[in-house]
Amino acid sequence: MLDDLDRRILRTLQYTPNAAMHEIADRCGLTAAKVTRRLDKLRDAGLYRGQEAVVDWAALGFEVSVSLRITLDKTQARAFDEFHAAARDVPEVTEIQTFLGRVDVRLFVVARDMAHYQMLYRDRILTLPHISDIEALMLVSTLKSDERLPL
Amino acid sequence: MALVKAMQRDATLSAGALGRDLGLSQPATWRRLQKLQAAGVFKGRRVKLDAEKLGFGVTVFLGVKLATKGRVSLDDFERAVIAIPEVQTAEHMLGLYDYRLRVVARDLADFERILRRRIMTLPGAGDVEANVLLSEERLPGPL
Repeated sequence: MLDDLDRRILRTLQYTPNAAMHEIADRCGLTAAKVTRRLDKLRDAGLYRGQEAVVDWAALGFEVSVSLRITLDKTQARAFDEFHAAARDVPEVTEIQTFLGRVDVRLFVVARDMAHYQMLYRDRILTLPHISDIEALMLVSTLKSDERLPL
Repeated sequence: MALVKAMQRDATLSAGALGRDLGLSQPATWRRLQKLQAAGVFKGRRVKLDAEKLGFGVTVFLGVKLATKGRVSLDDFERAVIAIPEVQTAEHMLGLYDYRLRVVARDLADFERILRRRIMTLPGAGDVEANVLLSEERLPGPL
């Protein structure tokens, strides 16, 4: 259902998300109207879901980012659901992922500084239900975060 | 902060449209957006695509340890890793492993190919741990 032209449009859009429609069209060798029509179609099919702004948490005063790898107590049947629901209520959590592998769940947490992180960790993270083990990794730097698909 | 949240949801809206939702005038919204941009609050825009519907059925997070620290150049590793098209995000971490990579693949066979040909051959790559993504939720964060 995706032809070469669709692929070219999505590829161009991924590399230059800030470009105006006519620039995208130029790069694809199409008219802006054609690109818009194709994007509308891709949107209707649920393939293209718009664009989001990527926030730099450090610029907002959140200097510390930590990736928490969590193993859950799987003897509890509702462990995943209950953990998920509780983690969602912690405002500093920006990502929740579940995995098949050595880790069950991963949380990404942002904090103003180490003191704030320590408080969060003690009061909001360790109190989450059904945790059997936690490993923390601190973010040093982000090298790539565009999440482009190799179309 | 509400403006940042709205931009996280949809970065394509005009200042006028954003302002309407938040009860601000178009010029006031525009000024606030300019201020946020100048402060570096937005790292950029990301196009949201449905990976699965586009044929990328597998997302794997890799934890990569460098083999011989001190002898390998971090720059070489980093330059090579960000050039791999299937690597969607790359983060330098402090802890159990050195780098965390988000990798997309068409299926498990495709993932194996990427792992063998692209990841294992990275300069300085040592132990690699893989976790297959089952589900994911993005939250607005403390805004």
